[in-house]
Amino acid sequence: MNFAESFRIAVRAVFANKVRSALTMLGVIIGVAAVILLVAIGTGVQGEITGTIEGLGSNLLFVFPGQINTGGGGGGGFGGPPSAGKPFSLADAKLLQARLNGASAVVPVASGAGVLRLGNKSGRSTLMGATDQGAQVFSATLGGGRHYNRSEVDASARVLAIGYTIKASLFPNSDPVGQYITVNGQRFKVIGWYEKQGGSLSGDQDNQAYLPITTLQTLTGNNDVRIIMIKAADATNIDLVRAQAKRILEPKFADNITVMSQDQTLGILSTVLDTLTYMLAGIAGISLLVGGIGIMNIMLVSVSERTREIGIRKAVGARTYDILSQFVIEAMMLSLTGGIIGILIGAGGAWAIQSVVPTTVTPWAVAIAFFFSAGVGVFFGVYPAWKASQLDPIVALRYE
Amino acid sequence: MHDVTKVYQLEGIEVRALCGVSMDIHEGEMVSIMGPSGSGKSTLMHIVGLLDRPSAGVVSIEGEVVGDLSPNQLAALRNEHIGFVFQSFNLLARTGAQANVELPLVYGGVSGAERSRRAREALERVELGDRLNHTPGQLSGGQQQRVAIARALVTSPSIVLADEPTGNLDSRSGVEVMGILQDLNAQGITVVIVTHDANVARHSQRIVELRDGVIVRDETVADRLDAHDEMSQLGMNTAADVEAVLGTAGDAS
Ligand SMILES: Nc1ncnc2c1ncn2[C@@H]1O[C@H](COP(=O)(O)OP(=O)(O)O)[C@@H](O)[C@H]1O
Ligand SMILES: [Mg+2]
Repeated sequence: MNFAESFRIAVRAVFANKVRSALTMLGVIIGVAAVILLVAIGTGVQGEITGTIEGLGSNLLFVFPGQINTGGGGGGGFGGPPSAGKPFSLADAKLLQARLNGASAVVPVASGAGVLRLGNKSGRSTLMGATDQGAQVFSATLGGGRHYNRSEVDASARVLAIGYTIKASLFPNSDPVGQYITVNGQRFKVIGWYEKQGGSLSGDQDNQAYLPITTLQTLTGNNDVRIIMIKAADATNIDLVRAQAKRILEPKFADNITVMSQDQTLGILSTVLDTLTYMLAGIAGISLLVGGIGIMNIMLVSVSERTREIGIRKAVGARTYDILSQFVIEAMMLSLTGGIIGILIGAGGAWAIQSVVPTTVTPWAVAIAFFFSAGVGVFFGVYPAWKASQLDPIVALRYE
Repeated sequence: MHDVTKVYQLEGIEVRALCGVSMDIHEGEMVSIMGPSGSGKSTLMHIVGLLDRPSAGVVSIEGEVVGDLSPNQLAALRNEHIGFVFQSFNLLARTGAQANVELPLVYGGVSGAERSRRAREALERVELGDRLNHTPGQLSGGQQQRVAIARALVTSPSIVLADEPTGNLDSRSGVEVMGILQDLNAQGITVVIVTHDANVARHSQRIVELRDGVIVRDETVADRLDAHDEMSQLGMNTAADVEAVLGTAGDAS
């Protein structure tokens, strides 16, 4: 008997029990859809964050107070300064600025939360404080107006430039430049706005407002500097600049600072994000496994229900192989059909949530899901099929 | 077959279904195996039909000993040479008559068009040419058994084995089935019928009687019955006439 015959028989068996087949497939559908969707989210988020950091340029250094294990793996935190470590002040940034050669910008950065209000419209946003050189290290591009300048930083002037989300909610139909809003109850002049950048894991970058760090410190009453960003004049000099920065800060902070380049940040992030993606894939994989066990279960039921049929087939000349292939193909059909539907649903879901979470459906994820679901069918189908093929025709015919 | 013994193990207890049975079945013969229930008739038929192996003893077909063949080789032999008819029909449920009859050809590697042609031909021989797509559930008992006979003869086997073929049928359908089996025998096919009914056995040329796994009688039938004579006595000339008289549900068991 050839493959086409086994296939035909399997199709009939699957269609003979439509509801049961559909429910069995549902397990695989959910498993595969989960794999596709979660891996798409993992890959998408990773791509977006990586892109954001790469967009910063390869000549940037980030100086944090405290120590971060840059070795990846281990216990190091990521995404922000570690809890331990004396915070920087504006004076430390000034010191770096004065003594570093080969740095084209040294920017102290602090952040806080603020409620921005215009008339009866208001919203919470992240306030990013920096110096006038901030424009050189932040990735946002101006859509209109200007950045704050040095004299405004020196004077703690109440001016700010707003991200796209803020502009859209407070000034849906008008130009914000030159308008006044209140930030935590204080009156501020809007001097510029930024183009849309898109979201990321750390929050909506478009819901940020940029203001002089001195103004932010006055507003929040906190004089700490969270991070000092250094832009090397020449990317090839970056290791030199890093060594210098450490030396300059050593008298005050000893070893208790971390200087990271974009590469290192990327390295840590991608390790973490890879782990995250694998974890998501693993969780989804478990549900696929459960789907496979469902197939095995149904195939075992199906074999014992059809004991008599198997006996008849054997009596008229079916060989072991014929029965085996009939049932394996049946199991594979359930799992592959489930797999294909699952891929479509997973990819559709990934597409549907794109505006909320970045997703990327990669061909390899689809290929793996496809072959994995075929494999699930074979793996979980072989045992019931083998049981069927080993049935003694006499026993099978006598079976009631 | 020579000195065949079959012992079943049932939860540790030995059941001796056959004790040293020896017999020859000749080509073109029509033999009945008789005996009360539990005497080992079906067991004997399964061994002759290569569905089962003896615990001891030798079975040979056309001089060839079949004891050492693998399950797959036995399956191939069954497919090519042997047709089975069972008491309970054993058709595939929810499967049309033609597809049921095609089944042995599927496993014999006969391809589509040829298969369908031979299946129709076989169904026409049992007067069911107009019921090709009826599933067993849509056929009467007698019709189902005729489908089973069509399935048994579609491979042009050398021997047809029938285990209580009339057991689930009313007397009219039973006579009809016996008529078909006699016709097959007349065409040169060896026919073995297992029955506990002496009247059914009288349709064959030879009766072998079993009791507790031993042959107690083996003799030629003196007053052989001809199913076609009986049919005309019952006022039915052909199977088709039965249909006309009784309808499709009338002869169900
Ligand atoms: N698979 C089996 N396992 C155990 N005992 C069996 C099995 N098949 C048949 N027997 C026993 O073998 C004996 C003969 O059975 P069988 O050949 O079916 O008799 P018959 O067909 O003459 O009624 C009976 O006692 C029956 O219980
Ligand atoms: Mg019996």
